[in-house]
Amino acid sequence: MRAFAYERPTRLADAVGLLATHGPDARLLAGGTDLIIRLRDGSIRPRVVVDVKRIEELDGAIREDDGHLAIGARTVMTDIAADDRIRRDYQALAEAAAVVGSVQIRNRATLAGNICNASPAADTAPALLVYGARVVIAGPSGTRRIALDDFFVRSGVTTLETGELVSAIELPRPGGPRGTVHVRRTRRRGHDLASVTLACEVRADGVTRLAYGSLGPRPVLVVDETGVLADPGASDLAKMERLEALFVGASPSPRSMRASPEYRLAMLHVLGLRAVGTAIARLADGTVRR
Amino acid sequence: MTTTWPIELTVNGRRRSIEVAAHHTLLDVLRDDLGLTGTKECCLVGECGACSVLVDDVSVDSCLMLAVETDGTSVTTVEGLATGDRLHPLQAAFLETGAAQCGFCIPGQLIAAHALLAGNPHPTRAEVEEGLAGNLCRCAGYGQIIEAVLVAADAEDGVR
Repeated sequence: MRAFAYERPTRLADAVGLLATHGPDARLLAGGTDLIIRLRDGSIRPRVVVDVKRIEELDGAIREDDGHLAIGARTVMTDIAADDRIRRDYQALAEAAAVVGSVQIRNRATLAGNICNASPAADTAPALLVYGARVVIAGPSGTRRIALDDFFVRSGVTTLETGELVSAIELPRPGGPRGTVHVRRTRRRGHDLASVTLACEVRADGVTRLAYGSLGPRPVLVVDETGVLADPGASDLAKMERLEALFVGASPSPRSMRASPEYRLAMLHVLGLRAVGTAIARLADGTVRR
Repeated sequence: MTTTWPIELTVNGRRRSIEVAAHHTLLDVLRDDLGLTGTKECCLVGECGACSVLVDDVSVDSCLMLAVETDGTSVTTVEGLATGDRLHPLQAAFLETGAAQCGFCIPGQLIAAHALLAGNPHPTRAEVEEGLAGNLCRCAGYGQIIEAVLVAADAEDGVR
């Protein structure tokens, strides 16, 4: 690994200052499970690595604020998967966090890092998209909030500006009864990046939200307001026709070693239909199961 | 800005004050600076688990953590499991069950198993499989490894 300078600011303003000063020569370190791989393989060569884990204003807490649940920038996957409130109200996120990497990876990998890396295959991204997550961004001109859907650009690229960092992720409180689920397809059981990763929310008001990853340059959110997908009485054929219309923008890479585009597209539809079925059942149950 | 940092940490119960290069991982420092070669270097991308150690009792891949990040923590490697010449119950169970073939992955397996049992003293087979999913064994001795962890869990006393 090439040498770099290491900084561990204790105040948010100092971290923002370091990022603003060094621009693209600075990289943030939270869990490091992606960063250190890229430092080692030379695909990134920062002059300074800024460790966010000693910043007082950032923590690993999950707290209930006015109208939302806020997940701090240092919160790791293990804690998200185990949190009772997330398991109850944001079940798809708990499920997604529980399948990221291995135990050792989940003990270090943060939710904020997962979205900042902006991998199209990020397992938590689809769940966050269906829940309408907001990203809290700290920067030189203060704090701003944007929808996660406006955060992703393409693989490795977000709308973060120079000097900005993610300080928390907010999940709006559920507006009413809903069933949600995360499903994925990997080459083997055990830890692997997803060939398809997908989350689904079916609401009592008939709206279904689906988000998928690994099928294009960024995770994609689609919404069905016709009520067909949420209708327990609608046939699988009718639902599949609706899914085909919703998934028309999926554009899996032909260059991936993980799965062919044809396979990914086929599995997207299969998993989409299964996820809708599970979400409908969960909505009907009104219970949280793992 | 500095590229080396003085850090203080506890390694296997012993306080250490050392100077580390910012770009050296915990794995580098354990093996090359502290001579603790029980922790193995293998895939270097967080997939094989051969470099697993405990940092403040939490299992991590030491190849994906900078040494400087461990400032102020307590690190346990496979060398820290046994007490004097008495094997840790997990090590005894691995021996008894014949869980080690070539042995390369075993330090990481032991650390992962230790972390699992600390949080879940009586795991099901499925929970052991999930707990060790981040530790590959290229001899494919998974059956005996999982068995060893279940045996150690049954032995109860001594396994924290």
